Amino acid sequence: MKIRILVSLKPGVLDPQGRAVHHALEGLGFKGVDDVRIGRTVELDVADNTSDEALTEMCEKLLANTVIENYKIEKLG
Amino acid sequence: MGFRSAVITFPGSNCDRDMAVALEQVSGTAPLRVWHGDAELPDGLDFIALPGGFSYGDYLRSGAMAANSPIMREVIRAADRGVPVLGVCNGFQVLTEARLLPGALMRNASQHFICRTVGLKVENAQSIFTSGYEAGQEIRIPVAHHDGNYFADEDTLDRLEGEGRVAFRYTENCNGSRRDIAGVLNKAGNVLGMMPHPERAVDAAHGGTDGLALFEGAMKALASA
Repeated sequence: MKIRILVSLKPGVLDPQGRAVHHALEGLGFKGVDDVRIGRTVELDVADNTSDEALTEMCEKLLANTVIENYKIEKLG
Repeated sequence: MGFRSAVITFPGSNCDRDMAVALEQVSGTAPLRVWHGDAELPDGLDFIALPGGFSYGDYLRSGAMAANSPIMREVIRAADRGVPVLGVCNGFQVLTEARLLPGALMRNASQHFICRTVGLKVENAQSIFTSGYEAGQEIRIPVAHHDGNYFADEDTLDRLEGEGRVAFRYTENCNGSRRDIAGVLNKAGNVLGMMPHPERAVDAAHGGTDGLALFEGAMKALASA
């Protein structure tokens, strides 16, 4: 089973990297970009019987730092 | 009785030797060197140090992999028993990832790696680690980091300040840290994480000796405990 985990910074957490990229997009002449936030995608290939609980635990224990990050688990089948 | 300390080395640690030299210089006893894959800590430790560096190449997040290494389970147990644990730079990042300290260390607001000596104000001079200083004292200690931007939510920051758990603040914020925080203590006061490197300021040849009082104070506090 293919799993995609999207890790993003929580709203309100300053993202210096996103800000720098935002600045660079403006420097390239792109207009109308209001905000840029950078996250991380983690793709897993797991046994089909892997439970939702196990996936959540992977995120909570290692893949995301829940002090600053949110995560979303997507099952790609 | 000798001062029995340990320095933990992770793959990618690069300040472990400096930390060991500082501990030996101050205590007269060479610290034990412990590898990240070790399943056990030596018995009867008086002090554990997590050094700076780039453990596991900063993969995933700075300190995230090291926080889950076998030896960290033992360090967490030791910290829970009250053994003093000092985490410097990457060691601080490991301590937050291991949840021994609140908050997180994010990329510097400037995006730049900062390597220079900065001013710190000693906020709490009552802890094991800071008893060698005076409250409000200003000291100069080097920083060298890319991810030193301390973040915690407002409630946590209020709680840390209310409980006297901010050990050091930058006199000039160099990395975007919330409320200029450079070092924080756990609730029990036996775990300190700080981004600046006191072990790089223990000899006149380093350009300063303001880090000495941290190690000397800790040793004195432990000897009289």
